[in-house]
Amino acid sequence: MTVLTSPLGRLRWTLTDGLTLVGREVGRLRQEPGQIVAALVFPAVMVVLFGYVFGSAIQVPGGGDYREYLMPGLFAMVTFSSWLGVMTRMAGDASRGVMDRFRSMPMARLAVPFGQTGADLLIGLLMLAIMVGAGLLVGWQPRNGLIPMTQAFLLMVVLRYALSWVGVHVGLAVKNEQVADVLVPLGLPVTMLSNAFVPTGGMPGWLRFLADWNPVSALTAASRELFGNPGAPSGDVAWPLAHPVTAVLLWSAALLAIFVPLSIRAYMRGGR
Amino acid sequence: MPDPIVVAEGLHKSFGDTQALRGLDLNVPRGTVCGVLGPNGAGKTTAVRILATLSDPDAGHARIAGYDVVREAGKVRERIGLAGQYAAVDDKLTGRGNLRMFGRLSHLSRREAHRRADELLDRFGLTDAADRQVAGYSGGMRRRLDLITCLILRPQVLFLDEPTTGLDPRSRGEIWDSIRELVADGTTVLLTTQYLDEADQLADDIAVVDHGQVIANGTPDELKATIGDRLDVTLEDPAALPAAMTVLNTLAGADPTATDTDRLSVALPGGRRLRLADIVRELDRAGVAAADVSLRRPTLDEVFLRLTDREETVR
Ligand SMILES: Nc1ncnc2c1ncn2[C@@H]1O[C@H](COP(=O)(O)OP(=O)(O)OP(=O)(O)O)[C@@H](O)[C@H]1O
Ligand SMILES: [Mg+2]
Repeated sequence: MTVLTSPLGRLRWTLTDGLTLVGREVGRLRQEPGQIVAALVFPAVMVVLFGYVFGSAIQVPGGGDYREYLMPGLFAMVTFSSWLGVMTRMAGDASRGVMDRFRSMPMARLAVPFGQTGADLLIGLLMLAIMVGAGLLVGWQPRNGLIPMTQAFLLMVVLRYALSWVGVHVGLAVKNEQVADVLVPLGLPVTMLSNAFVPTGGMPGWLRFLADWNPVSALTAASRELFGNPGAPSGDVAWPLAHPVTAVLLWSAALLAIFVPLSIRAYMRGGR
Repeated sequence: MPDPIVVAEGLHKSFGDTQALRGLDLNVPRGTVCGVLGPNGAGKTTAVRILATLSDPDAGHARIAGYDVVREAGKVRERIGLAGQYAAVDDKLTGRGNLRMFGRLSHLSRREAHRRADELLDRFGLTDAADRQVAGYSGGMRRRLDLITCLILRPQVLFLDEPTTGLDPRSRGEIWDSIRELVADGTTVLLTTQYLDEADQLADDIAVVDHGQVIANGTPDELKATIGDRLDVTLEDPAALPAAMTVLNTLAGADPTATDTDRLSVALPGGRRLRLADIVRELDRAGVAAADVSLRRPTLDEVFLRLTDREETVR
């Protein structure tokens, strides 16, 4: 039945149990088709709201179509929703006792954080696919060919995965679904404070500093560059915007290095 | 005691300044139901969490089926089921989906997990609701699902933390029936509760816990015997009250209290037995006309209040 003793056996069960938990998220989505509809409507609303409402008033630096400029920002926004979703699910399991049930079962312990982040990756790919569809409909296109495009999507996936570990950690720390729900709206201002929707050039100095160093900006700048969309920074810009691909990779590595060990420790110790 | 399957010795656990457990001992023989009774904050949940490997004691140790809950937690987890104080199932999945998921996480094969889910749903009367989302279940159905989720691996020991809190009498009865059925299969059950009739109905042995310690234990009958029977007399004429007081005092060997102008009540000291016929005769001899005389075993509620109350005055 259960062989959790050898390192290889443990790794195998961590993967198997992690996949079961990914399957759980798929099952939840299947039970709540409304969520899928919401996931379809949300990007459409964002594209219309930002692309047509704000777009009419915003000048793209260096010229170009605002909706082409906008899509990399929306991709980044979707990527950054990752930690919120994972946080909500972790906190929900913790406050409902589901986490305690997992802990009292003879399953692989690390399967829970790995399963949650794995499930988020799947959700992320689905959302990205929907977003790409919405973008293509309003005239957005990757213009630099296949390889840079793939690189851009890979960057999104890597940063998303790193961010989902932030969600695991925060979810385990708050342990309370209500608190988690209160934190969710904070996600929006964090994404807005970036170059995703408007150029940072016009912001007051201190705000511009925050926006330039926001990882959302690095990811947006990297995708604009790789997709060949307008708005690539020129002249004297902050380091993360001048080297956006490197900046995204560094951000991801740093988040993983900090939050994977922290989360695992918090999960293993939970409630002791 | 023959073959104890749950043993706890001197468990201590503090949360900051709160001492949740201060030397708790427990001993549950295989195949029995142990009821852990205690007021709010007595330490019941803390004890269950330690026994179910969710939390480590600060001092003392515990073994389940011979395995230490700290050092051999993995072995313990293969042998226990835990239903916590709140139904720990995934609201967004169906009942069947929950059981299949927990079956897979218990390392059953996909086929076996599906089969076991169907079997449990059928046996505990949830087949009709099996494919509905748990969010739409009633409180009773949700608890029942929570309970059967613990049974997937046929655990030797089942920990139930207040399994019927918040349920209506009918749903409680259904949960009780399920628990009785499990015990008939040989499962050992440790259940905490605040409902004394629940312990009375289900438990072979009761441990009364207060301030993190077991302050009394025994069978329900043994516990009731510690505070003696209760004698209530209703008089036809309130004027006879003083005379009746004297008679009852001599008979019972304790001071009766007047609970009304025409009513008296006295708790017999532990172990003292009286016969109804003797009481009526003595009252008659003193010229007291009684409208009603009743002699009854104390309820577990009275025992519980007395025990936890005494603890309060000691402190
Ligand atoms: N995680 C925790 N952090 C701080 N204090 C705690 C924690 N868990 C329990 N306590 C405290 O320990 C004491 C015992 O709590 P416990 O939950 O074990 O009681 P209980 O007997 O289960 O009560 P109830 O009948 O209310 O469920 C209480 O004073 C409680 O406030
Ligand atoms: Mg409790």
